[in-house]
Amino acid sequence: MKTLWTFSFSRWWAMVLKEFLQLKRDRITFGMVIGIPLAQLVLFGYAINTDPKHMPTAVIAADRSEFTRSFISAMEQTDYFRIVGEYPDEATGRKALLRGEAMFVLNVPADFTRDLLRGDRPALLVEADATDPVATGTALGAVEQIARSVARKDVGGSLAYLAEGEPPFAVHVHRLFNPEANSRNNIVPGLMGTILTLMMVLMTGLTMTRERERGTMENLLAMPVRPFEVMAGKIVPYIFIGLLQATLIQLAARFVFQVPFVGSVAALYFAALLFVAANLTVGITLSSIAKNQLQAMQMTFFYFLPNMLLSGFMFPFQGMPKWAQCIGNVLPLTYFNRLVRAIFLKGSAWGDLWPNVWPMMVFTVIVMAVAVKFYRKTLD
Amino acid sequence: MNGERVIDVRDLNKHFGDKHVVRNVSLQVDRGEIFGFLGPNGSGKTTTIRMVCGLLTPDSGRGTCLGYDILRESEKIKREAGYMTQKFSFWDDLSIRENLDFVARMYGMRPRRKIVDDALAQLGLVDRAEQLTGALSGGWKQRLALAACMLHRPKLLLLDEPTAGVDPSARRDFWEELHRLAAQGISVLVSTHYMDEAERCHKLAYIAYGELLAQGTAAEVAAAQKLSTWIVHGEDLGALAEALKKSPGVEQTVLFGAALHASGRDGAALERSLREATAGTACRLERTDTGLEDVFIHLMNHAVDRTGFRK
Ligand SMILES: Nc1ncnc2c1ncn2[C@@H]1O[C@H](COP(=O)(O)OP(=O)(O)O)[C@@H](O)[C@H]1O
Ligand SMILES: [Mg+2]
Repeated sequence: MKTLWTFSFSRWWAMVLKEFLQLKRDRITFGMVIGIPLAQLVLFGYAINTDPKHMPTAVIAADRSEFTRSFISAMEQTDYFRIVGEYPDEATGRKALLRGEAMFVLNVPADFTRDLLRGDRPALLVEADATDPVATGTALGAVEQIARSVARKDVGGSLAYLAEGEPPFAVHVHRLFNPEANSRNNIVPGLMGTILTLMMVLMTGLTMTRERERGTMENLLAMPVRPFEVMAGKIVPYIFIGLLQATLIQLAARFVFQVPFVGSVAALYFAALLFVAANLTVGITLSSIAKNQLQAMQMTFFYFLPNMLLSGFMFPFQGMPKWAQCIGNVLPLTYFNRLVRAIFLKGSAWGDLWPNVWPMMVFTVIVMAVAVKFYRKTLD
Repeated sequence: MNGERVIDVRDLNKHFGDKHVVRNVSLQVDRGEIFGFLGPNGSGKTTTIRMVCGLLTPDSGRGTCLGYDILRESEKIKREAGYMTQKFSFWDDLSIRENLDFVARMYGMRPRRKIVDDALAQLGLVDRAEQLTGALSGGWKQRLALAACMLHRPKLLLLDEPTAGVDPSARRDFWEELHRLAAQGISVLVSTHYMDEAERCHKLAYIAYGELLAQGTAAEVAAAQKLSTWIVHGEDLGALAEALKKSPGVEQTVLFGAALHASGRDGAALERSLREATAGTACRLERTDTGLEDVFIHLMNHAVDRTGFRK
């Protein structure tokens, strides 16, 4: 292709400088660069990941004793649970869970205290709405703690002889609606790719259409600049922005959300660089295809949706149906999510990363070729 | 005197949807020539210029610009031609200097710094070089655009209504500059609405509804229509013009303040009608050369008849 091998460094550099200058003066975009990742981190990170407190909890107490009461008040003291009412039976408890009126139902079976005193190790049942596993996970962890401490506290009384050895009763937890728990450590690193996808595609998606709508495209087309020089020039400033955002998210993940980081920072930046480049080419391609800014926006969200849903960010990749995996397999975010999680949590070596690196490179090259092809060299 | 052909395009056609915007247009511009391109709004001037410099692909037709094929060698045309768009198309959010610098880099001009400084000095914008271009007034934008499209010393300038909305003295300066450039051998294709500018061109073409109706020097264009024109001096000329409309030989009347121009191809019939209409009034008749304005109005009306378009 003629357009590829006659590359002028000076013309490309002219584009780079122009884009930097324009970006520098574009307050709104500049605000977006910092604002959107922060907003997303707060929204996703905190809404999904922070320990939710005071979750509505209902009690079905078939056995009322001093022990039951102290167990319930211990639950309240953890701040995770807020007792919202008592239900007469399991059916009403289940209904409350379904309706979302309660996120937990504590079921104290009849004869619990009697069995406890006999040393029969009876069990308390906690049913949890695990739709959002991360939200319920920590709270459930707390329940087991309570079991131990309540038993120990009560040792001063009649249950002293039970204090030794294992807890005198068990807590059975039923996670309803979503038995397979997913942890925050999984979600926050995944946010990096999701945020970068949205930002990079959105910002570059508008650059070509903006030139067209402002009439400056006619000027650009009248100059002897090649499509590849224009696009490569437009991409460069956003690479820096992408890396800046990756840094921001990485720091937030490690120091605000306390996600462990065992891998190599260099590997993370390498992966981020490839991923940012992949998304920028997508953005610039959409921008070349779109007729106006509105269309570019629509295409951006059209691209963003499968990335969000099918890349393993929202749902575990292995759990998705075959067709969804097929779509996921062509999205760079799928590979980046695996890379980021591997780097953050597993500390994978460079060699182990390769299977998820080359697909992003192939993707970028193919999309760039499409972009150059779709770049309109005339005003037709 | 048939110099080097700088623009030579034949039978250009362009449709937008089912609208036939440019119809079989052929243009020949010689080296060092200022070629005026006239016609009402929407007649296809901009579209034609864009086809000449490779920004639009003609549906049919062919030709060369600066010796390069307009269909296949637009890259080379772009390097040697300077195109000033009708609508200002530099970057409002870049400063004046940054815009010029961008252009200089695009064409690989050396020494860039000096070239940009010189352009700024010539524009008289040295003090405002760091101002954002968007803050400039219309007239200044126009001058900047012209300076920018000449920065790479093109051999051909394609100027699309470069003086629209520019005050008369700036227009005069602008045309003096064009003639200086032409004297150096630079060719200019310039579209305009102003009659005084048309008269300053070496050659003219008139386009209406996408069709080229006349081409040549001002004298040739005027002569080709074989019009006779009379001027009527006097009062109450509006009523007279109304009365003359249906008279034989009177094809068009144009009011110029205190004078009425009446033209027609049949000179004898025209004169007879005029004498009849003004008999016994204080009006004075005078035969005159047909001016460009009369010719263009005639061409315009003629185009309506010929192509069946309505105004
Ligand atoms: N990109 C376009 N798409 C559709 N119609 C167009 C386009 N450009 C020009 N036109 C139409 O073509 C006609 C000629 O336009 P133009 O060449 O700009 O005329 P002029 O420059 O003489 O005013 C007009 O009717 C205009 O509406
Ligand atoms: Mg025009």
